[in-house]
Amino acid sequence: MTDAVAYVEQFRKFAASGGGGDDAPEWVRAMRSSALERFTQLGFPTTKNEDWHFTSVAPIAERQFVPLTAPSGDVRRTDLEPFLFAATERWPLAVFVNGRFAPELSHLEHLPAGVRVLPLARAWDEAPELARRIGTVARHDAQTFTALNAAFLHDGAVIHVAADRVAEHPIHLVFVTDRHAANGVSYPRNLVVAGANARATVIESYVGLGDASYFTNAVTEVVVDRGATLAHYKLQRESQNAYHVGTIETTQERDSHYVSFSLATGAALSRTNIGTVLGGEGCGATLNGLYMLDGAQHGDHQTRIEHAQPNTFSRELYKGVLDGESHGVFNGKVYVRPIAQKTDGKQTNNTLLLSERAQIDTKPQLEIFADDVKCTHGATVGRLDEVSLFYMKSRGIGADEARKLLTYAFAADVLETIENDLVRNGLEAMTLARFV
Amino acid sequence: MSSSIDSLVSKEYQYGFVTDVEADTIPPGLNEDVIRLISQKKHEPEFMLNWRLKAFRRWQTMQEPHWPNVHYESIDYQKASYYSAPRSVKPKQSLDEVDPELLRTYEKLGIPLQEQKLLAGVAVDAIFDSVSVGTTMRAQLAEHGIIFCSLGEAVQNHPDLVEKYLGSVVPYSDNFFAALNSAVFSDGSFVYVPKGVRCPIELSTYFRINAADTGQFERTLIVADEGSYVSYLEGCTAPKRSTNQLHAAVVELVALKGATIKYSTVQNWYAGDAEGRGGIYNFVTKRGKAFEAAKISWTQVETGSAITWKYPSVILQGDNSVGEFYSVAVVNNRQQADTGTKMLHLGKNTRSNIVSKGISAGHGNNSYRGRVYVGPKATGARNYTQCDSMLVGNKCGAHTFPYIEVKNNTAQVEHEASTSKIGEDQIFYLKQRGLSAEQAVSMIVSGFCKEVFKELPMEFALEAQQLLGITLEGSVG
Repeated sequence: MTDAVAYVEQFRKFAASGGGGDDAPEWVRAMRSSALERFTQLGFPTTKNEDWHFTSVAPIAERQFVPLTAPSGDVRRTDLEPFLFAATERWPLAVFVNGRFAPELSHLEHLPAGVRVLPLARAWDEAPELARRIGTVARHDAQTFTALNAAFLHDGAVIHVAADRVAEHPIHLVFVTDRHAANGVSYPRNLVVAGANARATVIESYVGLGDASYFTNAVTEVVVDRGATLAHYKLQRESQNAYHVGTIETTQERDSHYVSFSLATGAALSRTNIGTVLGGEGCGATLNGLYMLDGAQHGDHQTRIEHAQPNTFSRELYKGVLDGESHGVFNGKVYVRPIAQKTDGKQTNNTLLLSERAQIDTKPQLEIFADDVKCTHGATVGRLDEVSLFYMKSRGIGADEARKLLTYAFAADVLETIENDLVRNGLEAMTLARFV
Repeated sequence: MSSSIDSLVSKEYQYGFVTDVEADTIPPGLNEDVIRLISQKKHEPEFMLNWRLKAFRRWQTMQEPHWPNVHYESIDYQKASYYSAPRSVKPKQSLDEVDPELLRTYEKLGIPLQEQKLLAGVAVDAIFDSVSVGTTMRAQLAEHGIIFCSLGEAVQNHPDLVEKYLGSVVPYSDNFFAALNSAVFSDGSFVYVPKGVRCPIELSTYFRINAADTGQFERTLIVADEGSYVSYLEGCTAPKRSTNQLHAAVVELVALKGATIKYSTVQNWYAGDAEGRGGIYNFVTKRGKAFEAAKISWTQVETGSAITWKYPSVILQGDNSVGEFYSVAVVNNRQQADTGTKMLHLGKNTRSNIVSKGISAGHGNNSYRGRVYVGPKATGARNYTQCDSMLVGNKCGAHTFPYIEVKNNTAQVEHEASTSKIGEDQIFYLKQRGLSAEQAVSMIVSGFCKEVFKELPMEFALEAQQLLGITLEGSVG
């Protein structure tokens, strides 16, 4: 609880400076204050908290991160190239440096009709009704880090795809923390609304330049309206010394489909929370992910799929490859409300331990209150299959190479589910380079 | 169909009767004097009293845990009486001396002690409330050097064994209920199987909570010395009572090098009425420690109790040791169960196998909670877990909370779980073959639980199947 005190002091400065320089409307200021109050009540979670049992946030709570303000201005387009999947200019790109929108690095000129992408700091003037939805999906009353984000929210991306529109190209949001951001913290806050029957792909990339130790605490709220399909990729490639807490809260309407992919390869300590509420009949959610950790990295994924209406389905596949002394955590919950009959849920978590000192804590959970359901989950932990290795050796492939290929194949299995060719190829190439 | 279902669902608890035996009961309340009194009444040596007092002092500093997925009104520990012994107990030479009222009670339960001696080849150490009243076949066992007696007697006759092993698997500081049990436990069973001896018969005990408002705190200790084998059966039924009764038992198993212990439980305590009034709170700590190449196997069929909260566990300490857990848990009406197992792989090449079948009906809530831990030194550890849930009706819940913690990359851990509705097409098929809906359900559920039942000794398997039928029949609609 005492660790929260520093943040209260920071908030005072932040509020005194007019919320970090913007002129946020009254409702935003009110939300910030109430979120700060909630944050001080909640304090940082300890490992006694069931949701944080395997992840200690002490390294974050004990440090004093200072809110990042203006970027130092030396981030160039070429710095970002490795993270942009060699995409054409036709991909709408919104770049945020140290949590602030950087128009000179972004290009939002080619937005198709019916698609809006706005920085949050402009959205509350230009699209007040849309911006008002901030805080309605990811509520700050229960989660410490969501409350902290809401207290300091000032920038991020607001995306709206109008009803029946198809955004042909992925909309890429890049949150980059520059080389001078040591001890800084940014609080990106995003909102994605896919209107009825709309189709879109949104990519959130969190990347670090250099090896500074900073903290990113991001929250994204997603609304998938009737019949819409939204693919949402969160790619966390922060600096190896960074701390990252990323939360995605989604609400789905009838017949919608939410397709999520989460990649975690960066950060000394990362935590990704992804939750979706299947709030209408015929909804579906696909949650896939891949974590590849090495050294002393700690990576935690928490997913929650709530089947709140009948005839919904969910598919979940998370894979992990752990090397060095890294520590992976997976906690997946599938919750079926009493009314949600005919739920069809399938959840799988496979983790490959490459080294003797790598460790994994996995907790796939089912909470089911309806009877006419079909839910399964499975989890495996192990090392490479000796029989497969032997087979490859018998075909003349060296032991070392066989091991690399099998490791790649294990990870690529889940990357193959990514629909966009450029993103899939880009991540496969990255994974191949990592292991082969 | 629905009228027959109603009649079956509302079936009264068969074993609800109270035996009118004068009981020797300590007034309600819990303090150090009560503990001294229990210890004194049982003529215990000093090490036992000290151990009880240490446990009690630790208990006072502990908080009652509330993390399980069960809900109940808080327990007033000062209201219960902590010792109850049927007054008519005297040391006995034969069963003829046992209070005939007690014998009739057992007969109603379907375990005629008289016959068991002859027929089943089962030695029964029947616990009536807290004091052991009848022990059979002790002579036959003694020939093999096997000690099978009440823990109270063991404290008198084999204090060295008790002092060495009591609390060695479940220390008094382990958890809230284990500490309470350590402080006030009244009696229980003690088994010691010497080196290399294969126990020729299945050992069995029947627990029974009889007097009103007495918590039952038995404590079982089974020690299998190097290379020995023992199979132990525990069955539980309790008469009907309107107030909830707490049952906080502790079972400790010690399997030394190369030994095998098979522990089977059929628990059919009073589950409360259809509205959830009354019933037993079954908060039990069961754990075994397996040394090198030893094997511990838990099999449980849980059909009773208002709340079942227990995790029979195995500490796989020695290299090449094996742990097994086979469980069927059934909840109906307002019953709640939060049960599962813990397999702690510490030694090399340790193996564990978990099969859990949960059946939820009525307003019941059934949770599987398990932990598979593979320590950094447990090279070559192997675990396979399968937990399946079946839902009968749309007011019940089934939950799965497996914790898998792996700190060694040579380990291979697999977990599979599924939840599904009882198959309507299967019921239809069986009805079409001339079976009633109830028979069909019974048959499907038996099939669902078969993997577990086949682990039970035959007498138990039959009883378990019957209990399952009684608990579930007609709850399908």
